[in-house]
Amino acid sequence: MPERCAVIGVGQTHHKAKRDDVSIAGLVREAAKMALADADLTWADIDAVVIGKAPDMFEGNMMPEIYLAPALGAVGKPMIRVHTAGSVGGSTALVAAHLVKSGIHKRVLTVAYEKQSDSDAMWALSVPQPFAAPLLAGAGGYFAPHIRAYMRRSGAPEHIGRMVAVKDRLNAMRNPYAHLHLPDIDMKMVEDSMMLWEPLRYLESCPSSDGAAAMVLAAEDAISGQYPPAWIHGTAMRSEPTMFAGRDQVNPQAGRDCSADVYAQAGITNPREQIDVAEIYVPFSWYEPMWLENLGFCELGDGWKLTESGATAFDGDIPWNTSGGVLSSNPIGASGMLRFLEVAMQVRGQAGEHQIDGARLALGQAYGGGSQFFAMWVVGSDKP
Amino acid sequence: MSAAGRTPRPVSIASFAQAKNVRRDQERNEVEGLMPVIAEVFGNIGITKDDVDFICSGSTDYLIGGPFSFVMALDAVGVWPPRSESHVEMDGAFALYEAWVLLQEGEIDAALVYSFGRSSLGDLREILALQLDPYYLAPLWPDPISLAALQARALIDAGKATEADFAAIAARSRRDALANPHAQVALDVSADTLLEDEYVVSPLRRHALPPITDGAAAIVLAAGDKAARWSEHPVWITGFDHRMESHALGARDLTSSPSTAKAADVAGVADGPIDVAEIHAPYAHQEIIVKQALGLGDDVTINPSGGPLAANPLMSAGLIRIGEAAARIASGEARRAVAHATSGPCLQQNLVCVLEGE
Repeated sequence: MPERCAVIGVGQTHHKAKRDDVSIAGLVREAAKMALADADLTWADIDAVVIGKAPDMFEGNMMPEIYLAPALGAVGKPMIRVHTAGSVGGSTALVAAHLVKSGIHKRVLTVAYEKQSDSDAMWALSVPQPFAAPLLAGAGGYFAPHIRAYMRRSGAPEHIGRMVAVKDRLNAMRNPYAHLHLPDIDMKMVEDSMMLWEPLRYLESCPSSDGAAAMVLAAEDAISGQYPPAWIHGTAMRSEPTMFAGRDQVNPQAGRDCSADVYAQAGITNPREQIDVAEIYVPFSWYEPMWLENLGFCELGDGWKLTESGATAFDGDIPWNTSGGVLSSNPIGASGMLRFLEVAMQVRGQAGEHQIDGARLALGQAYGGGSQFFAMWVVGSDKP
Repeated sequence: MSAAGRTPRPVSIASFAQAKNVRRDQERNEVEGLMPVIAEVFGNIGITKDDVDFICSGSTDYLIGGPFSFVMALDAVGVWPPRSESHVEMDGAFALYEAWVLLQEGEIDAALVYSFGRSSLGDLREILALQLDPYYLAPLWPDPISLAALQARALIDAGKATEADFAAIAARSRRDALANPHAQVALDVSADTLLEDEYVVSPLRRHALPPITDGAAAIVLAAGDKAARWSEHPVWITGFDHRMESHALGARDLTSSPSTAKAADVAGVADGPIDVAEIHAPYAHQEIIVKQALGLGDDVTINPSGGPLAANPLMSAGLIRIGEAAARIASGEARRAVAHATSGPCLQQNLVCVLEGE
């Protein structure tokens, strides 16, 4: 049997378009120090460090764990660098969780980051490769056709995407660490913003952020910290190929399998009923209704109706992305970990203005690549 | 025994395969290069991808010069239906470690680990300089050979080695590689002849540098019933650890490797006699440093495969050390072996894996 594992400390930076006050090392250290303080620990208490980020070509720093080791107190310790595309922040937390669940370590620091102002993601994603179609339009250009396919399949009306864009930005107003604080956000403002990749408008897309996230994970006999632990009830990863005939990119099998796995571990048979709050990787507005269906919160084709009904709003019965989500802060490599971190904060009762009262069981999800890599965890305030 | 004092769950190296290491593989892309390796690693023990519960790979985008090189590489396995899968931007030896960690939990019994990389596609002296501190070091473009030369010079100045020692290691590696069908640089040449080479960066001559190699490797790990079913005489991982050092070269004693020593201690290298060591020392002088840090005597056979001086496929060379060490035990040549992998300039990060036969 795996050991029990819990989140005992969380930390994140103030995410911004440009954090030109810190180096990359300064950025990750800021989040890590906050997580250590939250856990009432010092660097010396940490057994191992697991770090993740999106492609190295973003910042132009190859295998950056080599450079970041001293800044993260990893000298003399094991250090692992995870890279699983956009899901990496989630996968990184899962690798750290396994170091504890396996009984190998007692306390593991896990960190994820991106310093997009030091980088050019659009360029890095669009480098021509032999025998491969270039992705000249970045991630939005890749996902827009799948969104159109979803709209056609489900018959969802156009305003659904705008509703998500507004809802997540309103949530971000409650989160002091969020990159975007748009107090005047409303449907009209989203509708008036520039069309980027039809049907996605500027305000239906994630920002480009500098930021880092960090967590301390601990074994049952090493619990400490300012808040109660967030116990890990389930962890799962799934991958499927980028492309082949018959692959459903709107509702990927890997996402469905991953959620089935993590729900089974956590004893969840009715996600909408049992999950109190969820942080789901929604970099483009329409991914909320798409993932509502993929994650089994409703029947196929009904995701948009849930969004439209207000069920996923802050005061709805299944609040999604209480932090403001990827739509409000997107330090790419850290975006997955921020989802995992937010749900840990919720079940620990430390989310402040964005706290959902009585949150006891929560789902964090991250995805990456061409909707082909998935990482999920379920955390709860009760010991599993 | 590990740091936490626990006895690891027995996990075996059930199968190992590697590509023929070559200077330049331009006819095949990463997927095409990996496919025969994956087929062989499964074929060796008559299994398919359906028999493994987890997949983990190691690679770096900087070799192909594009993001997400691991994404397409997954097509070499064919992850349909979807699989539990992960990737480290590290040598495959670290991917093996991640898979081994998962197997420790006791919920799954088999994993596929693979790694790949074509070092020939770009200029490694430029590419590897990008591993360095991007603010204070990388802008000066100190290349990996020059940094290794600093380390070799420090070793000579400390009286711990001579240039003739480097040549002797290179000559032994080339000679041993003659028996390795996968090796790239294999020839019978004397150390004296090698010493006639010009310096590339003093005190390192060409023979003390790793060859530029394109390659790939894969290992299947097994535990429980599968370990017994897939190998008549399983080769067990009995200790496994890795440790990091500072990135500040000036803050390190480059003539020693405390991270290797620490990992060796945690992995229990000294708990019994070692017959064979496969050391991932891309530069000849680094073998001396690692050998000492591992606490190995002169009776231990070092790099019978020819080691990284005979073939150094970036991102696979560490994983291959583990596979080669396991192969010595499987063939009966050794009973207990240690494999080592490294990452970063001047042996900054080191991994140690202890393997034992029955």
